[in-house]
Amino acid sequence: MGPKKVARSASSDDPEELARVPLQAVLLADSFATKFRPITLERPKVLLPLVNVPMIEYTLAWLESVGVEEVFVFCCAHSNQVKDYLNKSQWTKPPSSFSFSVSTIESHDAISAGDALRVIYNRSVIRGDFILVSGDTVSNMDLTQALEEHKDRRKKDPLAVMTMVIKHAKPSSTTLQTRLGTDEIIMGIHPETKELLYYEDKADHLQRVILLDKTLLMENPALRLHNDKQDCFIDICSPEVLSLFTDNFDYQHLRRHFVKGLLVDDIMGYKIFTYETHASYAARVENFRSYDTISKDIIQRWTYPFVPDVQYLGIGYQAKLERQGIYRAPDVILSRSAHVGAFSFVGNGTTIGDHSHISTSVIGQRCVIGKNVVIESSYIWDNVTIEDGCKLSHALVCDGVHLRAGVILESGVILSFKVEVGQKLVIPAYSKVSVLPQPCKQDSDEELEYADATSGVIESPSITSVANARNQDLLSDMLDVPGSDANKVGISGVGYIWSVSEAEHDEEWRFSIAPIPKEKLEKFSHSAHDDNDEVNHDESSIPASGELIPDSDGTDFDGGVGEDYRDSADFENEVEATFRRALAGVDVQNVILEISSLRLSYNMSHADCAGALFYAIMKSASDISYSNNTELSANTKMEINKWKNLLKNYIKSQDEEIEVIMKFEEICLETIREFRPLFTDVSMWLAQTSIASG
Amino acid sequence: MDFQVVVLAGGASKNLTPLVSEEIPKALLPVANRPVLSYVLELLESSNLKDLIVVVEGSDAALRVGGWISGAYVDRLHVEVAAVPEDIGTAGALRAVAHHLTASDILVVSGDLVTDVPPGVVAATHRRHGAVVTALLCDTPISGISETGSKDKAKKLGRYNIVGLDPTRQFLLLIASGAEVEKDTRVQKSILGAVGQMEIRADLMDAHMYALKRSVLQEVLDQKDSFHSIRQDVLPYLVRSQLRSEVAKIEEGWNTTITSKTNLIWLSQHREIAPSAFHNGHELDANGSLSAQSTHKCCAYIAGKNKYCARLNSIQAFIDINRDVVGEASHLSGYSFSAQNNVVHPSAELGSKTTVGPQCMLAEGSKLGDKCSVKRSVIGRHCRIGSNVKIVNSVVMNHVTIEDGCLVQGSIICSNVHLQERCVLKDCQVAALWKVPQSWRLKFKLSYLLSGFV
Repeated sequence: MGPKKVARSASSDDPEELARVPLQAVLLADSFATKFRPITLERPKVLLPLVNVPMIEYTLAWLESVGVEEVFVFCCAHSNQVKDYLNKSQWTKPPSSFSFSVSTIESHDAISAGDALRVIYNRSVIRGDFILVSGDTVSNMDLTQALEEHKDRRKKDPLAVMTMVIKHAKPSSTTLQTRLGTDEIIMGIHPETKELLYYEDKADHLQRVILLDKTLLMENPALRLHNDKQDCFIDICSPEVLSLFTDNFDYQHLRRHFVKGLLVDDIMGYKIFTYETHASYAARVENFRSYDTISKDIIQRWTYPFVPDVQYLGIGYQAKLERQGIYRAPDVILSRSAHVGAFSFVGNGTTIGDHSHISTSVIGQRCVIGKNVVIESSYIWDNVTIEDGCKLSHALVCDGVHLRAGVILESGVILSFKVEVGQKLVIPAYSKVSVLPQPCKQDSDEELEYADATSGVIESPSITSVANARNQDLLSDMLDVPGSDANKVGISGVGYIWSVSEAEHDEEWRFSIAPIPKEKLEKFSHSAHDDNDEVNHDESSIPASGELIPDSDGTDFDGGVGEDYRDSADFENEVEATFRRALAGVDVQNVILEISSLRLSYNMSHADCAGALFYAIMKSASDISYSNNTELSANTKMEINKWKNLLKNYIKSQDEEIEVIMKFEEICLETIREFRPLFTDVSMWLAQTSIASG
Repeated sequence: MDFQVVVLAGGASKNLTPLVSEEIPKALLPVANRPVLSYVLELLESSNLKDLIVVVEGSDAALRVGGWISGAYVDRLHVEVAAVPEDIGTAGALRAVAHHLTASDILVVSGDLVTDVPPGVVAATHRRHGAVVTALLCDTPISGISETGSKDKAKKLGRYNIVGLDPTRQFLLLIASGAEVEKDTRVQKSILGAVGQMEIRADLMDAHMYALKRSVLQEVLDQKDSFHSIRQDVLPYLVRSQLRSEVAKIEEGWNTTITSKTNLIWLSQHREIAPSAFHNGHELDANGSLSAQSTHKCCAYIAGKNKYCARLNSIQAFIDINRDVVGEASHLSGYSFSAQNNVVHPSAELGSKTTVGPQCMLAEGSKLGDKCSVKRSVIGRHCRIGSNVKIVNSVVMNHVTIEDGCLVQGSIICSNVHLQERCVLKDCQVAALWKVPQSWRLKFKLSYLLSGFV
């Protein structure tokens, strides 16, 4: 219904396009996540520089290279910045856009990818299959084959609405993380058709087993389960995808809701397929760790041709590749005694002072770096001033930051825009510093990136004044104090250290730029091992493979039999225990009450109660010492006499009487063989005491 | 080959009532007029595995099986027959004969297996990988196709196991059997993590032929008293615990856990690329001794599509196997087929205008009257069959008398049954010694005939 409407409206606009639908792409210029906070409070994620080039450039350049002719950039948070950027960029200028047009779609109330697609649907701009990517994708893959496969499949099966691009990436077995810092994803794929049958991200690590629904294997004789694939978040979609989002207005997340929804709820039988790319590069900047990894990949030229020394991406100048993977912009002032190590990038107009040491880092434009500065594995953006003697390792420093002399950034530190750090301060590991105060409202489930002027987050009075006021406090306590949202960054410093909640703090190291510390790894492998042990325990206690099911000759057996049997045995034991309490002097009325409640909880009949009780009585009778059968008989009769009132509570009809006799027969045959010779004798007695009418 | 073979021949299986009885335990049920056990024994003999222990449930049954084996294989195989109590389970049966086991590896075969997969291949796979257990997997048999049966429908019937394999299809990573097959499948993430990808198949059947390392088998049997069945307890347990073998408890603390962990990582890196390399390194890790072992390997051998593999564990299977052995898998029966693609013993007598179609077998001394028709059926020894009798898709055992005008279709007639005139039996099983009175018509799918019916 939906797509037809789209097609009609499109055809009325542009009849000659009917023959050939241009390849379209939807680029989501908003990640709808908060992973890059606090930076994204001030600048949208897609404009953050990745090796000195805004991320969106990589995505647009790739889209152009795969033959996309029309790109719709959906912007939400900071939409003005994105629009401004695009207007200034080469993409919207006439000469470059001979067959490549970029237009923006703006919405301010979209809070998720689902909302975004619904907005796009309402605009009716998508006419055929389209590529759905987010603006933080870095790839050099050739989509031709994937597109062809998608189209062929669509011809045969109109229900194949989406093709997901996946790539081999094995997560570490200790941290269960890929090198991009994403959690392991478990996918079930049909071995021949490559249909996606199962998808689980955000895997719960405590849950050590994957549950595959039984219908899954009933419908498919074979299924390949992967945890060594990475979701590239490049999807080839049919127009139905958009209408599906509109029909299911509660879908927010592309994967968690849409993919799972299609797989689990089986909506209209729509299917999702996968396409695996082998040699080419495809990744998405999802968090700081992937930012780090992808930056290094770009510097090491895995993303060729999208590398800094090829004239590309509106950078304005061409960096020169020197030995050891060092890229240097043309206009760098480097002190003779400064040293730039392998796999580094130094941007235009940057000055580096004497005896400074830089390794595997990216430094932006117009930075001023003082003397004796050590920078390793860090990302310094534009216009940063680093005074003498600073030490940075595994840090991310945004535009306009000023580090005064002697500042030490421990690993994993994020300094957002225009932060100033006072002299000789040590910023503890994994801190995030911003000139904006931390929003006190913690979005719980759907993380939104929503710091546009429309939201009330940044309504604090003049930031610097607040910061300066606070700066008059002492500078001793630099550690995060939970509860206080502002911490000082030293004398003449500007900025707040964002406090992280306990739970988040635990996770911080997982997604940080810094490599995972050794002790964490050890702890992790230790706990993983414990997990295993635990699993082992509960697995052996739960008969996961039907260990309790009797199976005489290896043929199939119903599990119900075993369970039933166990229940009734339990019941008998309970009744016996209750009866023993009666022997020990508990009031008979209470015993009756207890047995009645047992009967209800085990869902037994009166006859079962009578049988179990009778068994208990006989057992107690046999427990009394005796020397010969007559004595035993006498004991038994005495016991029966003693408890016949109790027993009669449960003997209401002939059924129960029969049950008692049967039980007695069973006792004689199986459990207490001593009664064998007394069978007739005791049966007579039962008849006499009118327990059994004979 | 240093393999000891345990053949689990079962007893009077409940699933096969009324076919089995005191006189004819499961192992001696005729398949193309030979006891089913003979198929396994001859298969083992052909792989040069001659040192066998045959375990039979029930002492009477054991006597009968033993008597038959000593008669038939006296100078060919070295067979010990052990009797175990009934309902002891396959694991229990192994426990009972455990003290007889001395070889380093044990091959456990179910006595009801009819296959042409040589056990030697399974044993060789086992040895090559140094596995703890190697299971033979085969395609799920397509059961119940008669001349009109649609194959698609039949295919859906058979779901015996859910099996997880590594990409090279050599390692067994998951197995679910019995009632579990119908439940949701539980896959351990640690195992998936170690191999990266796992192929889960629902179209394979565990054929009940296992090569097992004796030391591990005995340890498991000793430690886990509750284990009842190999298929449902022992094998899944071994598969489940392959990355953290409890078979040998490590009690040296932190250091060993580290090594076991590195072993796991190591395994994860190498298993995928080179399973055989993983084997070698594994031996190094284990220092050749089992006690230091923290992982063990469970392997699978998958029989090719052209191999026949079936287990006689249900009445339907009994009919299917009998049909297949005289039909498409006729090389198994050991008989030479005539030009009409059937086997008629020279001593059998056929009346005039009686036809025996292809895929039929008529054993010695049987007599058929006039105008009979036999299609796709097996008829045992010394049967007396009157005139105008039609037998289609059925199995008739020995010494059966069928009087004139009977129709037997899709049924199993056990030994010494007497069908009086004009009986019509469709999809029935008639237990031994019954006398079916005149003109009875039974068209229902009776699973068995009980007393009260004479």
